[in-house]
Amino acid sequence: MNKKNPASTYDIISINEDDERHTLSIIVDDEPGVLARVIGLFAARGFNIDSLTVSETESKQQLSRITLVTSGSPSVIEKIKVQVDRLVSVHKVSDLTADYGQYGALERELALIKVKGTGNKRLEALRLAEAFDAQTVDASLDSFIFQITGRTREIDRFINLMASVGLTEVSRTGVAALKRGADNT
Amino acid sequence: MGKKITGAEMVIQTLHDQGVDSVFGYPGGAVLPIYDAIFQQEDVKHILVRHEQGASHAAEGYARSTGKVGVLIVTSGPGATNAVTGLTDALLDSIPIVCISGQVPTHLIGTDAFQEADTVGITRACTKHNWLVKDIKDLPRIMHEAFYIARSGRPGPVLVDIPKDIQFAEGDYEDLSKTTHKTYTPPNTIDNKAVARVVDLMERAKRPIIYSGGGIINSGPKASKLLQKFVHKTNMPITSTLMGLGAYPGSGDNWLGMLGMHGTYEANMAMHDCDLMLCIGARFDDRITGKIDEFSPNSKKVHIDIDATSINKNVEVDISIIADCGKFLNEALKIMDKRSNKFQSFNEWWKQIELWKKVNCLSYKPNSDVIMPQYAIQRLYELTKNKDTYITTEVGQHQMWAAQFYKFDKPNRWLTSGGLGTMGYGFPAANGVQVAKPDALVIDIAGDASILMNIQELSTAVQYQLNTKIFILNNSYMGMVRQWQQLLHGNRISESYSDSLPDFVKLAEAYGATGIRVKKPADLDDAIARMIDTPGPVIFDCVVANLENCFPMIPSGKAHNDMLLGENVSDEEVANAIDDDGKIMV
Repeated sequence: MNKKNPASTYDIISINEDDERHTLSIIVDDEPGVLARVIGLFAARGFNIDSLTVSETESKQQLSRITLVTSGSPSVIEKIKVQVDRLVSVHKVSDLTADYGQYGALERELALIKVKGTGNKRLEALRLAEAFDAQTVDASLDSFIFQITGRTREIDRFINLMASVGLTEVSRTGVAALKRGADNT
Repeated sequence: MGKKITGAEMVIQTLHDQGVDSVFGYPGGAVLPIYDAIFQQEDVKHILVRHEQGASHAAEGYARSTGKVGVLIVTSGPGATNAVTGLTDALLDSIPIVCISGQVPTHLIGTDAFQEADTVGITRACTKHNWLVKDIKDLPRIMHEAFYIARSGRPGPVLVDIPKDIQFAEGDYEDLSKTTHKTYTPPNTIDNKAVARVVDLMERAKRPIIYSGGGIINSGPKASKLLQKFVHKTNMPITSTLMGLGAYPGSGDNWLGMLGMHGTYEANMAMHDCDLMLCIGARFDDRITGKIDEFSPNSKKVHIDIDATSINKNVEVDISIIADCGKFLNEALKIMDKRSNKFQSFNEWWKQIELWKKVNCLSYKPNSDVIMPQYAIQRLYELTKNKDTYITTEVGQHQMWAAQFYKFDKPNRWLTSGGLGTMGYGFPAANGVQVAKPDALVIDIAGDASILMNIQELSTAVQYQLNTKIFILNNSYMGMVRQWQQLLHGNRISESYSDSLPDFVKLAEAYGATGIRVKKPADLDDAIARMIDTPGPVIFDCVVANLENCFPMIPSGKAHNDMLLGENVSDEEVANAIDDDGKIMV
């Protein structure tokens, strides 16, 4: 949240808490408009959405999982969790931030990265892709599309490197996450 | 399963099974099947309003005065959009209402059909939950879920959008009024250990205060009784928000008056200087706290609220309990009984409070030529306090004077738009109360500007011969707007003068109601008596001092102990009361 534009007209104290990145797993009824309810809440209350992934996960029970990455001070994160949990269509909100809970949680993201170039740049792009375990999923005489899977930070690093060897386009899935260990998220 | 019935009939059957005796609405193309079903039965009475906003506030009035769920029926498109203000009002004040809206038939949804609007999209942000019914099989479940969600936990408005083909479709109906909801589970337990820790704090406190709110009213009349017992047993001073007036009697010994922006000096000073604050069913709204980093700096704070999102939202507290207020009071009283507590003596604290009371913050300069607005409310109170009276208000100076000068001894008797601040709320809400309580005396205390926002509802009042009284404090201004222009904008009275006001007496007569006008203080009592004795709706045009302002006041951006007091405020103090930081606030 922008501290210079306080959420409440009277909230003129500046909170000196550092922002944290949190991954929230939100289990919702798979019904029309449910995503709009969740993101509408974020928009209305001025909360951040850094990435968002939605898919039906248990079709028999008609449940969907929304995996949402947000950032804010610890008190804002707490507000986000109770606000989301209050929505009638929400079954459960879990904080899947990597260092959270007994075993922590696992996060993965997939990205498709298009690189355009010839000569040395093209070779360098291929070498970097190999070093990052990225797959080449499409190739033409002057372009590649790489597919990379991993944690958000690794993908960020890969994309930053690709910038100097002809990066033209990126498409990312957003984060998928589950709690580690035998217990359900 | 019995015989198949239509969707429209299911709607009426649900109302019947939920114990709804009256609904407020306005027909239109997309709800004609429901109106046809209304025509063919006598269980549920339909009150025809003159604008859908009127229906929404009338449903709120019905709900707040009875504790039951209020219901309105509107057509698609403009019918639904006109109801949005009332839904938002109910959301902010936690009032249980169910809005049933018609929608174009399912095969036309998304085609920009005549009178089509994305009603569930529009109302998603102003309801607790809403539904678009696309299959007749879902209708009975959704209708009953709607009532359950509206009244459970923190109450609020819900909307069920029913396409016209679903109203015609036939299906099986089952009475599901006893069922709950698969995911929505409001708290129904309480953390006893936390309650015990609160009682520990109470035993150590020397300067405690109870700050109660609308949560007590919403918990039901039993919670108000428990609150009175709690105050009596502890001898703590008590103040309340605008929404909570009447939970503890306004004539009670420990009552400090309302707190907040236009609250009493003693209530705000006690909030500032207390060492223990028990917030029961209130939400630390900005009208209450004033400048938040100077809010009650030396107190331990306890917050009881049924909604977890209220906790630590504006003010960080020491102990929070997510539970129904009545349940908390009951549990705390049980623990206190067991312990036979030794509370500190609050003598010193009460002595200090008495000193603050001596400031006499609600005093105003009496006048024998013109009616002072405060005097008008005082006389209205004296002449109606022994009757079965319900008071509603619009929004503005008259609303604050009503809150300051009318003493409410019972819950559910005071209905005002607190959170949203909706001008035009009071009159339709009063009609809603009068429908629920036909024999009660229901008075809308109004301003000359507010009353014009929903004056068309006078037609409704005349049609059903409701005895609703409109008591206008007529100063020919949007008084509160003008007051802020004087405080903030160098007395430049921009567009807040009520030019070309109608003749309210003739206006009443044009509608078939009665009009009374009073200009002199000496005539006031007789005229009020006449208003009370006149059957049917009455507009009482009380012409009051033009330029009187509402005090005391915490100017925006200031703390509780930085109040402007009324009688002695100079024009210069008014002009300089708010600094640049305060000016950006509302």
